[in-house]
Order: sequence, then structure tokens, then C-alpha cells
Amino acid sequence: MTRRDNALGLARNGQIVTLVALVALAGVFVRALMFTPIERLQGPAQKILYVHAPAATTALMAYAVCGILSLIYLGLRDRRLDRAAAASAEVGVVLSVILLITGPLWGKPVWGTWWAWDARLTSTLFIFLLFVGYLIMRDAVIDPDQRARFSAVIGIMGLVLVPFIHLTVYLFRTLHPDPMLIKPSAPSMPSVMAVTMLSSIGVFVLLYAGFVVQRYAVADLQELRDEEMLRDS
Amino acid sequence: MGDYARVVWAIIAKDATVEWRTKTAFLSAMVFAILVLSILFFARDPTAVSSLDVAPGALWVTFTFAAMVGLNRAFLLERENGAMDGMLLAPIPRTAIFVGKMGGNLLFVALVEAISIPLFILFYNVSLAGRLPQLILVTAMATVAFVAVGTLLSAMVVRTRFAELMLPVLLLPFLIPPVVSAVQVTARILAGRPLSEMMGWLKLLAGFDIVFCVLTVLLFEATLDE
Repeated sequence: MTRRDNALGLARNGQIVTLVALVALAGVFVRALMFTPIERLQGPAQKILYVHAPAATTALMAYAVCGILSLIYLGLRDRRLDRAAAASAEVGVVLSVILLITGPLWGKPVWGTWWAWDARLTSTLFIFLLFVGYLIMRDAVIDPDQRARFSAVIGIMGLVLVPFIHLTVYLFRTLHPDPMLIKPSAPSMPSVMAVTMLSSIGVFVLLYAGFVVQRYAVADLQELRDEEMLRDS
Repeated sequence: MGDYARVVWAIIAKDATVEWRTKTAFLSAMVFAILVLSILFFARDPTAVSSLDVAPGALWVTFTFAAMVGLNRAFLLERENGAMDGMLLAPIPRTAIFVGKMGGNLLFVALVEAISIPLFILFYNVSLAGRLPQLILVTAMATVAFVAVGTLLSAMVVRTRFAELMLPVLLLPFLIPPVVSAVQVTARILAGRPLSEMMGWLKLLAGFDIVFCVLTVLLFEATLDE
């Protein structure tokens, strides 16, 4: 098995995981729309929760994975870790876009405004921009080892920055509800809704994994092509 | 430790001498700061918003942008003629190079700020009445924060394409905690509020300073080419 075959095989596995996740996502949508009760105060608009909150959870997870892989990269200097970190950041950015689109759609009917400079909204936007910067920077560095080191530095700094941004915007006021599901007391959500929400989070994590594996394989193939071009020239 | 301090000082002195002989970056940053201060004065409806309401924000946008002018060129000197290699070959601790460069940038930004603050007081008709030390303290705290992060990022971006564009894109997200805190504290200082109302923000600022000064020194080595 050459490195190329390995990467292609990995890409195919990623595709399978993504396909399974997409089918499961359709299932979650059916459950959310038809078999989960409508919230009393917010009406049908609340259904967007089942996309919005899982996107938020997985986006944050994606950035955390990127930061942790960056830290390990600086220790081990294995380029596979760099590729995985970059793949995770890129999927995190996509999930953030979903988050930032579904947020205003929900905010308009419920808060009466598309956008509010509320704590969580603002920190999401800033963290999103930070990782967009991370991806732009990767494109601006040509040498792969240098790119990996620079990216790792930004990834680690980003991991440390996130709590600071959160604290900063938290000192302003927040419109967002307090955590509903993961908290010391019982979830403040009927179990039928909680099940829909949790299964949606699970599906999003699966979708994230499928995307990251595919993106990793593509990055591997790109590097392989660059190395071949370098050798031929 | 004496040797370490001497190396740091030598790098600061080198950067200061180079800058003193041309003054290009300093004068550009200064003119830039005055322009931003004046433009922001007009960027409001004077019948609805008093200049004092926009003053804290204007001051910090000015400091941030002017610092960026300085930070952008911080490692350009080292890139030319392989000067960075020369420093790396010298038998000195690598972190001392970073601390020295950071010291040089701090000096640069502090000078720009020292001239901008009197102009700010003049332009925005601010009466500080004995609260100047407080303003200097918060300025110092926030400046350390963004110069530490800015120096590290500058060391990387000079070796990327579109270096001048990359620095703001990467640096601005890191400036959110220190600059937002500084603006909040400055607003309370200008309004003559008691210290207790600023403590939350000052603690955040101090935490950011400590964490990022340590982190940037530790990460600097990873930005160097072997």
C-alpha cells in the first residue's frame, strides 16, 4: 500500500461516515419536526435548537481538538498531527457558519432582533474570525514544516484565548439561556426534547468526524502532489 | 541573570538606534495616531453624542492601530541581510532575543502613547484632574498585553506572503480582551468612578498579561527555522 492508496482509502472511509451521518441527520430532523412537541412559548421557532446547539457544541469541540493537536505537534513534530489540526479547524469554521446563520434565524422571532451583541453570540463570532485567520495564514506560508509550526503556535494561542474572550464578553450581559442540559441539577427540558437534542449532538459529532477524515485525506494527497512536483522540477 | 539582561538590553538598544537614525516608523506611527484621533472625533453626530462618550474608544483604537504600524516592521530588520541568523548564531538564550524585541516594541509603542495622551486630552477636552496615574497604569497593562502577542505574531508573519495583511487579521482577535478591558476602565477613569467598579476588568487584564507573556516567550522558539 502506498501513501497515496492509504489516503484514498481514508477518504472513502470518511465518505461512508459522512453518508451515515447525513442519513442519521435526516432521521433527527424527522424526529425533531414530527415527534417532538412544540415548545409552549416560542412555538415552532424553537425547533432550530436541534441544529443550532449541536453546531455550537461541535464547533467548540473542533477548535479545542485543533488546539490540543497543535500542542502535541510542537512536542512530537509529526506532520500528521498538523494536518489533523488544520482539518479540525476547517470543519469548525464550517460548523460556526451554520451556528452564525441559525442563530439570527432563531433570534428574530424569539428575541425580536436578528443580531444582539450578547455574550455567547459575540464570543462565537470572535473565535470564528480567529480560526478563519488561522486558515488564511496556512495559505500564506509555503514551506510545509514552517506552516505546521506557525499554525501550531496560533492553534495553542487560540486555545488559551477562548476563555479570555468568553470572560470578556461575559462581563457584558447575556441574553442566552443558562445551560439547559449539562448542569448539576436535572435537565430543565422535557426528556422527549432532551433525547432529540442529544441524538442531534451525536449526529453532528459523527458528521464532524466524517468531514475531518476526508479533509485530512485531501490534505495528505495535496502534500503528496506538492512533493512529487518538487521532485520532478 | 546579569548576562541575560545585558543581551535583552543590547537588542533594545540596537532597535532604538536603528529607529533613531531614520525615525521613519516612529513618525509614520505618530502621524497615523494623530489622524485616527482626529477622524474619530468627527465620526459621530455632535448633536447627539458628546465627544467624551466616544473618547475612550477613540483612544484605544488609536493606540491599537498605531502599535500595529510599529509591530508590522518589528522583524523586517531581522529578515533583511540574514540578521536573524546572526542573532541565532550568537551564544545567547533564544528567549532573550524575544524579550529584547518585545522590549524594543514596548519602547516604540510607549513613546507613541506618551505623545498621543496629551493630544487626546487636548483634542477631546478631557479633564483628568489627578487621575492621570490611573490612565497610565491601565495603558501600560494593556500595552504589555498586545505588544507581547504582537511581537510573537510579527516574528511569524514577516516570513509569510502578504505579511502586512496577515498581522491585523491574526492580531485583532487577541486584542479583544485587553482592548475591551482597557476601554471599559478608561471610560470609568474619565467619568471619575471609584476603583471598585474597574476591578473586574483590571483583574482580567492582569490575568491576560501574565498568561500571554509567559505563553509567547515559551512559543517563540517554535517560530524559528532550524
